[in-house]
Amino acid sequence: MAASTHTIFSKIRIAFFCGGLVWAALLTYVVHSFGFTWYIAFIDGCACTLLLGGACWLINNNLRYYQPGKGSYINIFIWCLALTAAATFGSRWALPYLVNNTIYVNFLAQSLTIRFFTNFLAIGWMALFSMIWYSQQEQKENEKRKAEAEKLARDAELYNLRQQLQPHFLFNSLNSINALIGFKPDEARKMIHQLSDFLRGTLKKDDQQLVPLTEELAHLQLYLDIEKVRFGHRLQTEISCDERCGEAKLPAMLLQPIVENAIKFGLYDTTDSVTVSIRAEMEDSYLALMVQNPYDPKTAKPRKGTGFGLSGVQRRLYLLFARTDLIETYADDNIFTTIIKVPQI
Amino acid sequence: MKRVLVIDDEPLARMVVLEYLQDFKDQIEVLQECNDGFEGLKAIQQYQPDLIFLDVQMPKINGFEMLELVDNPPAVIFTTAFDEYAIKAFEAHATDYLLKPFNKERFHKAVEKFLAQAPATTQPAKHTDALLEAASQSPGQHERIVVKTGTKVKIIPVSDVEYLEADDDYVSVHTPEGSFLKNKTMGFFEQTLDPSQFVRVHRSFIIKIQNITRIDPYEKDAHIAILKSGAKIPVSKTGYAKLKQVLGI
Repeated sequence: MAASTHTIFSKIRIAFFCGGLVWAALLTYVVHSFGFTWYIAFIDGCACTLLLGGACWLINNNLRYYQPGKGSYINIFIWCLALTAAATFGSRWALPYLVNNTIYVNFLAQSLTIRFFTNFLAIGWMALFSMIWYSQQEQKENEKRKAEAEKLARDAELYNLRQQLQPHFLFNSLNSINALIGFKPDEARKMIHQLSDFLRGTLKKDDQQLVPLTEELAHLQLYLDIEKVRFGHRLQTEISCDERCGEAKLPAMLLQPIVENAIKFGLYDTTDSVTVSIRAEMEDSYLALMVQNPYDPKTAKPRKGTGFGLSGVQRRLYLLFARTDLIETYADDNIFTTIIKVPQI
Repeated sequence: MKRVLVIDDEPLARMVVLEYLQDFKDQIEVLQECNDGFEGLKAIQQYQPDLIFLDVQMPKINGFEMLELVDNPPAVIFTTAFDEYAIKAFEAHATDYLLKPFNKERFHKAVEKFLAQAPATTQPAKHTDALLEAASQSPGQHERIVVKTGTKVKIIPVSDVEYLEADDDYVSVHTPEGSFLKNKTMGFFEQTLDPSQFVRVHRSFIIKIQNITRIDPYEKDAHIAILKSGAKIPVSKTGYAKLKQVLGI
């Protein structure tokens, strides 16, 4: 993108430069046809074109960074007039110093009006062209930005939906219920209730909402209970929570993806039984949450950064608290630790 | 009597299969239940079953990776909850696949399909190859390479791979711990490994770009790449062009 705009601008520069050359040549020819020597005509052509070119460049640059709104076209008109005056009278003032010829100086004074109008026309064209060009560029940029923003919003929405549904978890849980119905109907019934409570909790929660830790943990407990039925004795959990933390607030469903991650890593990266531990403490004005799971450092290179499930959590913490230092992960020996800190307001 | 294994890491999921199999008591004998791919592998080698029920997502090595390590894979019925990558692929090649939770009628259909095609007790090899090809599309393939050394299963994270070398019908995977043979083709690895990290620099070599310390000219049109480990790898003319493209020089 940067490269392409660069080439577009250099093309404009070349066109601008060529236009200047043609203009200078024409002017030289016209002055020469009035009977002046080529030398004088050339000086006249160059000086006037330089001044005109400068004026054109100014108006172009001006319009590049400032797009006139409706009704302020009069400003552009005044600008053009002022620049034309500057260019024309500049040449009227400067040329007698360069050309020491009374007939020529007379000619210069007499042709001032016509020079003024041709300059004005040239600068006016330049202004018009720049205005159209830059407004078009801006429109293109805007459209692109808009499309990007829309795509981002759509992706986020899709991702959210999918997260809420968690198809893998849902279908496997249903499969477990299917198994239980046959020989332990009471447990099947219990699991159905846990699953529906869990899903209901997921659906009603709003991303922006702050909930007490006890509520979040109760919701998490439903999830863990279902997973325990699925994986039997392989999965154990330890939840410890300081008394003071119960009332601490955190964004709804913040812990969920971290615990999911811990379970996934723990269960699919080792074949032994797995203990996932969750610990909550108060540290100054922060609620500190620590989630630990075993993993195998030989086969599961902890992914760069914080991993897939965690990047969403990091993003949320950033959006809510405008800080990027609230989540940390450590991998030592066979234990993977995630710590998040939630500021208490 | 057909002999069957049930391989799934969730006890309740195995229970469903066992319960449904009760209806085929006279035709099917369940040899064992397996908790994961390692147990599955061992049991397959030990019993040489006619059919396995196989879950895809399991600890350490998934169902596909386990199948790759079996010398004469039996007929397979996949049982899985949700696998966006694989469903299409194994639809064509596995005996059948069951999406959890599945009902009895669907299960019966799958088993009857197996019984109907079973008479020729050995599965044609072509069938298995196609299945393995489908398996290679599974997500784990980009992160690790699973090989068998003797009776042990070795999981090599892709980040540990230095280079790959063609070796008759096998590919030799070179790592700091030594080299391991895998029954795959160079073309397979060229396709599955991340092309921004691994480049096939020669008909018989794929190298990891990170490991290159130097590239020297060697005879006409050919080059030689020297890796961190000191290994010297020939680079063909087209290989050199690919390298230059990936390295952006």
